[in-house]
Amino acid sequence: MSALLEMRAITKTFPGVKALDNVNLTVKEGEIHALVGENGAGKSTLMKVLSGVYPAGSYDGEIHYDGALAQFGGIADSEKRGIIIIHQELALVPLLSIAENIFLGNEQAASGIINWRETFLRTEDLLKKVGLSEAPTTLIDSIGVGKQQLVEIAKALSKDVRLLILDEPTAALSESDSQALLDLMLELKAQGVTSIIISHKLNEVRRVADTVTVIRDGGTVSTMDARTEDITEDRIVRDMVGRDMAHRYPARTRRAGDMLMQVSDWNVWHPEHQDRQMIRDVNLDVRAGEVVGIAGLMGAGRTELAMSVFGRAYGRNISGEVRMHGKPADVSTIDRAIAAGLAYVTEDRKSLGLILEETIQRNITLANLRDVSAHGVINEAEESKVAETYRGAMNIRTPSVFQKVMNLSGGNQQKVVLSKWLFAGPEVLILDEPTRGIDVGAKFEIYNIINDLSAQGKGVIMISSEMPELLGMCDRIYVMNEGALVGELTAEEASQERIMSLIVTE
Amino acid sequence: MELSDTSNRDAANGLGGYLLKHLREYGLLLALIAIMAFFQVVTDGTLLKAVNITNLFLQNSYIIIMALGMLVVIVAGHIDLSVGSVMGFVGALAAVMIVEWSLPVGLTIPACLIMGILIGAWHGYWVAYWKIPSFIVTLSGMLVFRGLSLWLLEGQSVGPFPKSFQLLSTGFIPDVFGIGRPNGTALAAGAIAAILIVWLGLKARARNAKYGIEGEPMPFFVIRNAIVAGALLFVCYKLAAFRGLPNVLVSMVVLTVIYAFITENTTLGRRIYALGGNEKAAKLSGIKTERLTFLAFVNMGMLAALAGLIFAARLNTATPKAGFAVELDVIAAVFIGGASMSGGVGKIVGAVVGAFIMGVMNNGMSIMGIGIDYQQVIKGLVLLAAVFFDVYNKSKQG
Ligand SMILES: Nc1ncnc2c1ncn2[C@@H]1O[C@H](COP(=O)(O)OP(=O)(O)OP(=O)(O)O)[C@@H](O)[C@H]1O
Ligand SMILES: [Mg+2]
Repeated sequence: MSALLEMRAITKTFPGVKALDNVNLTVKEGEIHALVGENGAGKSTLMKVLSGVYPAGSYDGEIHYDGALAQFGGIADSEKRGIIIIHQELALVPLLSIAENIFLGNEQAASGIINWRETFLRTEDLLKKVGLSEAPTTLIDSIGVGKQQLVEIAKALSKDVRLLILDEPTAALSESDSQALLDLMLELKAQGVTSIIISHKLNEVRRVADTVTVIRDGGTVSTMDARTEDITEDRIVRDMVGRDMAHRYPARTRRAGDMLMQVSDWNVWHPEHQDRQMIRDVNLDVRAGEVVGIAGLMGAGRTELAMSVFGRAYGRNISGEVRMHGKPADVSTIDRAIAAGLAYVTEDRKSLGLILEETIQRNITLANLRDVSAHGVINEAEESKVAETYRGAMNIRTPSVFQKVMNLSGGNQQKVVLSKWLFAGPEVLILDEPTRGIDVGAKFEIYNIINDLSAQGKGVIMISSEMPELLGMCDRIYVMNEGALVGELTAEEASQERIMSLIVTE
Repeated sequence: MELSDTSNRDAANGLGGYLLKHLREYGLLLALIAIMAFFQVVTDGTLLKAVNITNLFLQNSYIIIMALGMLVVIVAGHIDLSVGSVMGFVGALAAVMIVEWSLPVGLTIPACLIMGILIGAWHGYWVAYWKIPSFIVTLSGMLVFRGLSLWLLEGQSVGPFPKSFQLLSTGFIPDVFGIGRPNGTALAAGAIAAILIVWLGLKARARNAKYGIEGEPMPFFVIRNAIVAGALLFVCYKLAAFRGLPNVLVSMVVLTVIYAFITENTTLGRRIYALGGNEKAAKLSGIKTERLTFLAFVNMGMLAALAGLIFAARLNTATPKAGFAVELDVIAAVFIGGASMSGGVGKIVGAVVGAFIMGVMNNGMSIMGIGIDYQQVIKGLVLLAAVFFDVYNKSKQG
């Protein structure tokens, strides 16, 4: 097999950061090539260089594509040559239909007038290819992230794709949606499409990849060929973090203390559709030092439950009671919920967790300005000391805490959100998909932080779609389905099968 | 990825790199200087004559005062189109209260400020609690208060005002040293302000250095402070040669310092930036976003009222046309000063410098005898150029 793509000695610098340092990447025609590495290693940057987001001239090195030197001035150039990138953050227009999104910028039109018949027919065709049964007129808004991801791929297919780049496509997907997507990748491969996939989920990498390239600190560490050698997850991890990692989860000593937080008879209705009940009679509790998981499929209502408890940030007609230390707590607004000792780390860091235009420092202190100010006046020296502490403790990879959060890699942004809520000093920390998009090493760090919190007698509620993570970390797991808790398992009882069967039997 | 520590990085990128990163801030200052130099030359030195400098402040004070409030509103992610009408309305109200109803000045001024606060609260209520876009709410306010001032004045000009009211705008701080001319107070104030600025700058540098916060390279610090302090001394010297410090200048400076402090150093200010930067994230961080939005408009209303009083006092009459289209100058000043339409970005000092740029252009072009037609065209193009510079800069930093 010949090489479709060769990136040679790519170097890319941003002010103060050398994001890529002499990276080499060779992708053979017709293979699935996985690109793995720690947060901030430079994976997304490398793909942006490849697809012309960073145009020729803004980096050093050469890109050889399809036998010739390629110098893309922008995405349009690379798309013309069949290179399609699907970014870490989806780029669909929520209030347009699937069909309109697929042909956005590439409308099926004659002299500017859209041929809707053609558009819908082709859309139906493409949707069939990616295994979606939605009508072409369905609004993007009304389908889940998993399906949106498939629409992105359909969009790529509409453009005669030769090289498909997927940047963490499964990060926000449920188990079954991920499987569907990976199957689709394999199918496309059978049709001759070459793809590059970036992922932190190594089991997926093992499942689909023919070749794995590991990058660390902006440089290529190794390239492994699954067709000639056996690539184990441990080996990938070793190359990623530069050392052996014996365990994925730190050892935990269980210590359930006094009752910390109780939620009883919690009911929540949908904010817009008033007849839709989102949460039904939920009763749950967390003891001091306990890590409690909430398992469930996407759309089970876990985020809605967490946000409605956290100062009614979601829903309406909320009823029920929250007790802290046995006494009724006022969680009617977000600042009161924070004052009562709650913190909620959102699953949607970009739109709900961060102020992207602001610096790391200002994001970290935002939920607890009181501790870095006196009489309403901020002590900036104190503030940067706090930010530096968290940069160290959380290992946020950045040249300085004055860097805008916008410029951080996805995983490092997640660490900033976590830092913000740790600094708020909560008693009960609600984590919603806390390790989404985070590399194995950093995950371990986050698990350690969770354990530290529980050792200090704090309670942790962990919502996660990755069942192994729940099983590895939690003392107790609630199972949620369609807005209600359908079961509760202790760490000993819990297993993937039992959780799944609880969800299915309901 | 390679992580170099901050000092290394600064050394590596050097002064040029720093300048590039802060091009906007220095650019604004340089633009003001360049524009002043230009008009100084083409007006044969009239621009920087003592009388004209005094005039510059008197003419532009109301724009600058409203720019302070507008910056807050824009940083919070909104806009206020009603300020011109509101200032006209409040001026009219003052005229009617004082001239027609013969109410005392001491009662009229607070009453008018309270009226401004109520008007701001009216706008803020709809924007903050009903989530009606501020563009629409204040567009409505613009029409409503223009109409109300016409109604109040019955289409006529009302005036003149008693001396005590005029002092609001035309008064000067007396010479406490009894020298008279040059005015000792003005000279002393200039010297003290210059020293204070340099001293505060040095103190901040020392503190930054202590905590390893990235600071301005020494050469830039020296040059920038020399320019600022020099300009201060020069202006005060000129003012001293005429009639001393105008009252409005003093209130303007005090207000600017207060607003700069609030926006940059207090939790209140920080929260407003957060609100404008990402309202949902700010709300989820426990910030009372509705209340902050409401307050931003209340504050704007109060400052528009103050501007209305000063404007009426300066013209010594309230006319139905007072404040017409002034909102555009105010908004333009804030954007020239580097604020972003999408909120979360912008500085008080930038807005004030932006207002000065507009003011100097107005003044200089008037001296040159350029018609109002061309003036508008030029101002419009300058606004576009300033914002283009911003956007271009950003895209280059990628
Ligand atoms: N526009 C930018 N300005 C400054 N630094 C940047 C910019 N974009 C990326 N970086 C830096 O370059 C490095 C590589 O970032 P990149 O997004 O490629 O990482 P990644 O490997 O995709 O990580 P993740 O797995 O977390 O998504 C990071 O340290 C990041 O902070
Ligand atoms: Mg990335």
